[in-house]
Amino acid sequence: MKTRIFVTLKNGVLDPQGKAIHHAIEGLGFSGVHDVRAGRLIEIEHEPGVSKADLETMCTKLLANMVIENFEIEQA
Amino acid sequence: MRAAVIQFPGSNCDRDMAVAIRDITGAETTLVWHRAGELPDGLDLIAIPGGFSYGDYLRSGAMAARSPVMQAVVKAAERGVPVLGVCNGFQILTEAGLLPGALMRNAGISFVCRTVGLTVENNQSAFTKGYSTGEQVQIPVAHHDGNYFADSETLDRLEGEGRIAFRYAENVNGSARNIAGVLNAGGNVLGMMPHPERMTEAVHGGSDGRRLFEGLLRQIA
Repeated sequence: MKTRIFVTLKNGVLDPQGKAIHHAIEGLGFSGVHDVRAGRLIEIEHEPGVSKADLETMCTKLLANMVIENFEIEQA
Repeated sequence: MRAAVIQFPGSNCDRDMAVAIRDITGAETTLVWHRAGELPDGLDLIAIPGGFSYGDYLRSGAMAARSPVMQAVVKAAERGVPVLGVCNGFQILTEAGLLPGALMRNAGISFVCRTVGLTVENNQSAFTKGYSTGEQVQIPVAHHDGNYFADSETLDRLEGEGRIAFRYAENVNGSARNIAGVLNAGGNVLGMMPHPERMTEAVHGGSDGRRLFEGLLRQIA
């Protein structure tokens, strides 16, 4: 079984990498892009017995830094 | 005096830190590998050195903060043992929950490697006794993720409780309120991005970092 975890910066937390990517997109000649924020995708292959609660604990204890990041758990 | 310097895979300032502690304080200094389940007995100082532990995978300091030795470091910090985290060590201490906030990518994206001016904000801690409050000192930085972030409530609390040890004299990396080093509530844990161990003798171009270790020695001895 596969679960995808999306880790993103909280609203209001400055994202220097997103800003740099935004500049690079504009440098390629694309216009009309308002903002870019970069995050992280983590794919976890696991037994069906690994619960949503376990996955949430993995996120809060390690995969996301709750001071600056949020996470979303997407199960197939 | 007895000191330990923790080594993680990817630490690269561990030996510099051990030499600074040993030469300046005379402490019996042990290098402790991150897989150690416990620390040597009777420590007066634990240092978490700079470097790129675990290649900065996931987030700077994230993996190191979960390694076995850190549980012993957290317990020692709770008992009041002074813990100094420099650069990656500061990142590890925030990731381990011993210090508030987080260290994000520098606002300007670039790796910053140069000597910067720091203002000593509080000389009452074990780590800052060798300085005067308001004094400006010169200490080098070398980091990619030194942009200190905490919510404004936390920042106000840190200011109110005198827990900002050092501030940059200029905007170096986008840090909230130019914070370069913070203390825990007990005052026995300091995290700072600048490297005092790299500024301890004339041949380094200055010795402002030396006084941090001299102050510690006076406090502990």
